[in-house]
Amino acid sequence: MIQIETLTKQYGEITAVNNLSLSIDAGRFFGLLGPNGAGKTTLIRMMVGLIGSDEGEVHIDGHLIHRDANAIKKRIGIVSQHMNLDKELSVFENMEFSGRMYGLSGKESRARAEEMIEFFGLQKHRAKICKKLSGGMKRKLMIAKALMHQPTVLFLDEPTVGVDAVARRDIWRLLKEINSSGTTILLTTHYMEEAHTLCDEIALMNTGKILQKDTPEGLISRLGQTAVESDSATKYFAEMSGAKQYAATLEELYTIRKTTLEDVFISMSEGATL
Amino acid sequence: MSEAMTILWREWVFFRHRFFKITTAQIVTPILYLIAFGWGVGENLQMDGNQYMSYILPGVVSLTSMRSAFGAISMRVSVTRLHERSFESYLAAPIKIHWLAIGHILAGALRGLYSSVLILLVGIPFGVIYPVDLPFIIVCFVNGFMFAALGFFAAMMIDTHYDMNRFTSFVITPMAFLCGTFFSLKKLPWVMRQIIELLPLTHSTRLLRAIVLGGRIEMFSFLVMLAYATIFTLLSIRACYEEVV
Repeated sequence: MIQIETLTKQYGEITAVNNLSLSIDAGRFFGLLGPNGAGKTTLIRMMVGLIGSDEGEVHIDGHLIHRDANAIKKRIGIVSQHMNLDKELSVFENMEFSGRMYGLSGKESRARAEEMIEFFGLQKHRAKICKKLSGGMKRKLMIAKALMHQPTVLFLDEPTVGVDAVARRDIWRLLKEINSSGTTILLTTHYMEEAHTLCDEIALMNTGKILQKDTPEGLISRLGQTAVESDSATKYFAEMSGAKQYAATLEELYTIRKTTLEDVFISMSEGATL
Repeated sequence: MSEAMTILWREWVFFRHRFFKITTAQIVTPILYLIAFGWGVGENLQMDGNQYMSYILPGVVSLTSMRSAFGAISMRVSVTRLHERSFESYLAAPIKIHWLAIGHILAGALRGLYSSVLILLVGIPFGVIYPVDLPFIIVCFVNGFMFAALGFFAAMMIDTHYDMNRFTSFVITPMAFLCGTFFSLKKLPWVMRQIIELLPLTHSTRLLRAIVLGGRIEMFSFLVMLAYATIFTLLSIRACYEEVV
């Protein structure tokens, strides 16, 4: 379980994370969404111990990050938004190195790397030097590396950025499997479809604060299940009848459709209260 | 300690992959120095009572060891920090940060030692054969350690790759030529000599030359090297801790 209490981080006069509290139950697939500069990456970096907070605390599985940073680091895996693989090492060597960095012996690392290679379908690529892998394969390898030490919590910071649609769906399938095996996953992404497909709970973040936390369907319901989109505006309605009534008053072309998580995200970014 | 061994393991794997490239890159410049300064300029030259080729080879060993150790670590750490951004994954791992720095510095020291051995082998066709003994190996290792630590520290402080080029141009290259590697410091003006005496490569060159040419081995120079190695290592460790703000 992740418990964040009144966490604050300032950079000069900018408050990146502002008195933020949040709890994420064990086993959840949790999404953290927000526009660029909302404070998501700063929040995650504090949660994984890469930067300290000015105020507040982060507990993961009962350990306090300030006090037991290494105990927490052993329990978490991190997939950064940057391609941070060791480009000069092969796929297998990257995994072995990651295992060793997290305290596994050479033998344990190699055995675990074999498991991960099979799970991620990387058998054909095991001896390839990383810089020669495709973008999708690199992303898979990053996730495999992060799981080498069998973390209980996995942090994914935009894990499918730059990956084609087919590879992305393959990664989603793997992430669902990982989550269903009991690993708590915290995901940040700019792909709303990804968040909707994967996450069972989502927090919307802006200006360093959590604005809303709910299931994807719950967030959509707050905005209104039905959207009427025209050139001049998009309006949301709880009932189809209300949407049709409004659409009849329009003198321009319009579309009536289901509200999506993207609508929720855009509304929140524009300052709407859900 | 196991963290440092893990870093060494990674550097060993990298070295194995690039063995040929690393080895050839290490010997090209020293061969050019030996041809140009040893055969070309110094064929009939004596320096402090020695054949010029014999005189400069310890200098070429010390400067190559410096360049190799400094270059290997400064390049590796600056690329992982600024370009690949994989250095952060070290900081996110459950390791003690000082071992992270020490592991890299040890890897650089070993790379420097490897370069030193290569230069001794390169010297053989030029007619210079030195018996390698323990003091020689220790000085080469400490020299590599000292400059690997400087490389690590520099890589942690810079903001762009251009900064590293500037650092090399203003710090490493002048040392390579001025610290008694190719000529005796006795020929320099007093003030310049005093400044050069402060530089770490001066002391490693002096020690290596004394060891192979049978001169007086000055413990003071060795202590200066140890002091520099300690200071650069401590600065590197501090810079590493400051990376996690």
